[in-house]
Amino acid sequence: MRDPKAVLHVERLTISLPSSADRTNAVREISFSVAKGEIVCLVGESGSGKSVIAQAVMGLLPAALTPVAGRIDLLGENILALTESRLRQLRGARMAMVFQEPMTALNPIMTCGAQVEELLIQHTTLSRAQRLLSIIDIFNRVKLPDPERMYASYPHQLSGGQRQRIVIAMALILKPALLICDEPTTALDVTTQAEILRLIAELQRGSDTAVLFITHDLGVVAEVADQVVVLERGEMIEQGTKLQVLQQPREAYTQMLLASVPGLTPRERPAVKLAPALIRTHALVKTYTSGAWPRRKHVVYAASEVTLEVLPGETVGIVGESGSGKSTVARCIARLIEPTSGDIFADGLSVASLQGRDLSPLRRVVQVVFQDPYRSLNPRRTVGQSIIEGPVNFGVPAEQAWQRAEELMTLVRLKPDALHRYPSEFSGGQRQRISIARALACEPQVLIADEAVSALDVSVQAQILDLLNDIQQKLQIGILFITHDLRVASQICDRVIVMQQGRIVEQGLIRDVFVSPRHAYTQALLAAAPGRGFAFGLAQS
Amino acid sequence: MHINSESLLAVSLDVMVKPVLRKRLLERVLSNWSVRLGGGVLCLLIFMAIGAQWLGTIDPVAMDPSSGNLFPGTRAEFNDLSGESFEHYFLMGTDSLGRDTWSRIAYGARISLAVGIAVACLALLGGMLVGIVAGYFRRFDNIIMRIMDSVMAIPSILFAITLMALWRPTLLTVVVAITIPEIPRVARLVRSIVLTIREESYVEAALSLGTSTIMILWRHILPNAIAPLLVQGTYVCASAILVEAILSFLGVGLPPDIATWGNIMADGRTQFNQFPQTVLLPGIFLALTVLAVNILGDGLRDTLDPKFNKRGG
Repeated sequence: MRDPKAVLHVERLTISLPSSADRTNAVREISFSVAKGEIVCLVGESGSGKSVIAQAVMGLLPAALTPVAGRIDLLGENILALTESRLRQLRGARMAMVFQEPMTALNPIMTCGAQVEELLIQHTTLSRAQRLLSIIDIFNRVKLPDPERMYASYPHQLSGGQRQRIVIAMALILKPALLICDEPTTALDVTTQAEILRLIAELQRGSDTAVLFITHDLGVVAEVADQVVVLERGEMIEQGTKLQVLQQPREAYTQMLLASVPGLTPRERPAVKLAPALIRTHALVKTYTSGAWPRRKHVVYAASEVTLEVLPGETVGIVGESGSGKSTVARCIARLIEPTSGDIFADGLSVASLQGRDLSPLRRVVQVVFQDPYRSLNPRRTVGQSIIEGPVNFGVPAEQAWQRAEELMTLVRLKPDALHRYPSEFSGGQRQRISIARALACEPQVLIADEAVSALDVSVQAQILDLLNDIQQKLQIGILFITHDLRVASQICDRVIVMQQGRIVEQGLIRDVFVSPRHAYTQALLAAAPGRGFAFGLAQS
Repeated sequence: MHINSESLLAVSLDVMVKPVLRKRLLERVLSNWSVRLGGGVLCLLIFMAIGAQWLGTIDPVAMDPSSGNLFPGTRAEFNDLSGESFEHYFLMGTDSLGRDTWSRIAYGARISLAVGIAVACLALLGGMLVGIVAGYFRRFDNIIMRIMDSVMAIPSILFAITLMALWRPTLLTVVVAITIPEIPRVARLVRSIVLTIREESYVEAALSLGTSTIMILWRHILPNAIAPLLVQGTYVCASAILVEAILSFLGVGLPPDIATWGNIMADGRTQFNQFPQTVLLPGIFLALTVLAVNILGDGLRDTLDPKFNKRGG
């Protein structure tokens, strides 16, 4: 070992993929070390191999992946050469992991306390009373409110943030030398994310634990990292201290990655001309009722009194955390669900209570681009069939629709021959372009983008945002852009609506709302955006 | 097969049947040994049923009391009741009335297979319709599925016997009586598939593209049900063949003068101690058929159902 202080030392690690994969190695020649009390971030986009490294360190590689060269030293023991029983001893005691999705990392049929206690039973000889004490103690340290109640709660009774705190408590209770965090905040809301990141940093400083932190989010890196390792397609591109990598990146890939991160400062956009609204809602309400007789009825307001309008050539953003009702509003406007009360006007026509075929005029005006590019295209139909489906429904002859589809392919910067292929042959970003082309094929006046770039890598995200901006300038369509990501909103929106628990709490021009937010919730959201101190996305604005 | 490294690593990615691989899918199905074995035996049985009259058989209902209860492999003079007389090689012997067991088994295969296949097709069709309505048009869901539950609560054989007691026994009524108790199981399967797929964003996308309900069901939802239905169909077919034999054996199926495997066994039952072959031989054919269909079904399930085929995509 080169560095005597290193808790984890990975040297020239190469892990091969099965022969049928599109590249030979999952990761190649990776070397880095994590010292005591240090947070090392592995950063990369999807397919970079960052999670494979975490699995290898934990000794949890899938059978299809085999380490072919290099070594992983944890406190002097080579993980790759250990027996399964020795690995089991090490897991939990010397190294522990925090996973992305706390709901699936916890056993739903055991109380949180019992799950933590199981670890203590396995690895220590503490008495029952001592175990209880140390569990309450760790719950206090991860700042869970009311630890006694948490001890007796089941995972589903807790919020996402609380669940992640339980997982962190489980990881830390045996005081491991190494903590591996695999995208621990990706599934959480931005304000919760900020709290969890603060907690991890605090705990790590208090106990001198070495942390290997895996993330795709450079904002998060800016918040927590000491050292940064940048990965691309299994290759190590660059490593160095946080300031060095984020402020003076040497490699072109790192520079590109940093430039793709949208900045929080709103981008300059051409002024929107005053014109009659393309789509307008008036006091839109959507409620869900749960509990049938004889239990008491419980009415939840998913959206209440939402009034908004979208002008031609204008992008209106709806931002908020999960459960804020932003998607409910979008789905009401697209009439995928029926609003409980209130009205929606498309092209001057009230469409809130129309059904079935009568909705046809609305469907021509409003089109939707969905979040998950892997689920929004029917895998059994060619791209062309998917794109011409809408126009053909509205009575356009198939050949004409096909010609238009070829033009659209060029517009979204794909080749027209893509029309004959199936969605599975395209990457996430390409599929999202196809989804946009499909929406545009109906010649809509309003495009609803429901978290349309949230599932994409940051470099692809930037391309899709550019594309949407371009298309909007060309066609003068209105865009209703739903997102939880304030950085993304600042890149594309003219106006922004902030929603919390089904209500609009603040709205206005984006440069007013983002620069001088008035409502406390907006302020909290902006303060929680990771990596505020760093001026990302300078290459764009 | 090309596996993208990303999709191999991303556990969250659904295993989808890729249409580009459709040809290879057929190859994969045909290279499965269960499919080959079950399908092969089934093909032989179908061939036997269709070609019964050229396979050394005589009229399956012709009797000659003078040559009753012959042992298998006997060559004897056969005197038809109409006065015709000829020499015949009794491969599987005769029953107490002097009817040729092999001929009766070969012709009986027609009934068994026809009933099996017809019931499978009808149950799939009926179950599909019921399942789609329950799964897609949610306001009918509760009432439809409660009716299905009550049908399922009655043992299918009792249900079929009751129906047969109400109707005149013909091939059609037998098929219908066996089909009805099978429908709920198929309906449940289809309903669960519809419930999952209707939440996919491509279905919502189709909705916002103005696609009609019928087309959404036909284009976007039903294709996902084909593979599981095919598998379920084989199980329905196997169970229908058994139920038909049981009905015949109990004397509530097709009339005893028609050669079916159940009828042959019922006729031979009284003399089982002296002449067990009249019961055992059709029994072996029945077991073989049901086994072949079930093995075929297992093979199809292994190759078509993504849950059993995680690494195959």
